[in-house]
Amino acid sequence: MKNNKWGLILLGLAIFVIGVTFPFWYGKEKTAPPALSLETPEIAGSADKKCVEDKAFMRANHMKLLNAWRDEAVREGKRIYTAKDGRTFEKSLTGSCIRCHSNKEQFCDRCHNYVGAKPSCFDCHIVPAEVKK
Amino acid sequence: MTPNRRDFLKIAGASALTIMTPAIFVPAWAKNSIVMPPGQGLAPQKALAAKRWAMAVDLTKCTANCADCIVACHAIHNVPEFGNPKDEVKWIWTEPFASVFPGESPAYSGEKLQKMRPPVFCNHCENPPCVRVCPTKATFRRSDGIVMMDYHRCIGCRLCMAACPYGARSMNYRDPRPFTAKINPDFPTRTKGVVEKCNFCEERLAKGTLPACVEACRQKALTFGDADDPRSDIRRLLETRFSLRRRAHLGTGPQIYYLL
Repeated sequence: MKNNKWGLILLGLAIFVIGVTFPFWYGKEKTAPPALSLETPEIAGSADKKCVEDKAFMRANHMKLLNAWRDEAVREGKRIYTAKDGRTFEKSLTGSCIRCHSNKEQFCDRCHNYVGAKPSCFDCHIVPAEVKK
Repeated sequence: MTPNRRDFLKIAGASALTIMTPAIFVPAWAKNSIVMPPGQGLAPQKALAAKRWAMAVDLTKCTANCADCIVACHAIHNVPEFGNPKDEVKWIWTEPFASVFPGESPAYSGEKLQKMRPPVFCNHCENPPCVRVCPTKATFRRSDGIVMMDYHRCIGCRLCMAACPYGARSMNYRDPRPFTAKINPDFPTRTKGVVEKCNFCEERLAKGTLPACVEACRQKALTFGDADDPRSDIRRLLETRFSLRRRAHLGTGPQIYYLL
């Protein structure tokens, strides 16, 4: 009777651990992060091919950067951004980001779809290529 | 076994100390790296600046059946055309003289004044009631006097529409994009559930150009400038000509001056 009780407890624990960790191991090798396309005429034509900040920073923090840009440009009227290396940019989603990354569907959307993020930027902001279509 | 008072206090003290442990011993994986974007914000150099932006509308020059200012403004700012007066979105529009100036009813005024439909705008009030009622601070007053909207923050509660005595604010009851004839990519559209109004073309001022309506007016009836600067064109006009403001008795301090 006593052994049986421990067996049930361990079985229950095993099911619990499998259930909790399921999202971490299921599909681990089945989907690969999407390849983001940098093939736009603007990027091909630019000499240094550098984003506002370095790639790792942008990949991790672009949403924080955009939120800071939004608040500073709209509410404080500060519309020029000075990057770490001293280059300056206009704080504008359509005017700066989308000017280079004009392929929203191959750049923004691929990764947002992969991670299930649904930013509402483009409910209002405009991708010029989509308007011309 | 029941613990005595001394043991109980020891255990309680030790437990309280453990609360501080995470603050002292932080494992690397638990560090939350809050990264603030580097660099500082600047205002563009060529931007037009003022202490108090204001506009004068010369009603002696404004002609009937002309909508140049409205067309230019609405095209640049992607103002939708729903084709339904209940859903109408307007940044500039016209109203009969009697409803623009309900307090002013000259008894034997000429036919010209009676039939006139002056253009009306957001008045960019000195003391804006819309700013006072906005629960999210989506509408705010800039230091240069522009009453501006941060569409990102608007929750569509429409308190500002109820508060504005000029009807200068319009709600997007439907998604405006399909109803915008030609989308100007340089200015965002709005989305369903967001209120909008004239912004004194602050996006153009930042680039160093005058508001679209002022540039579009062929009669040169619109004068835009710094009312706080004694040498500005608008200030000279206001000092030499007689002007009316819409419902100034309400204490809102409207900054659109109608020259008669």
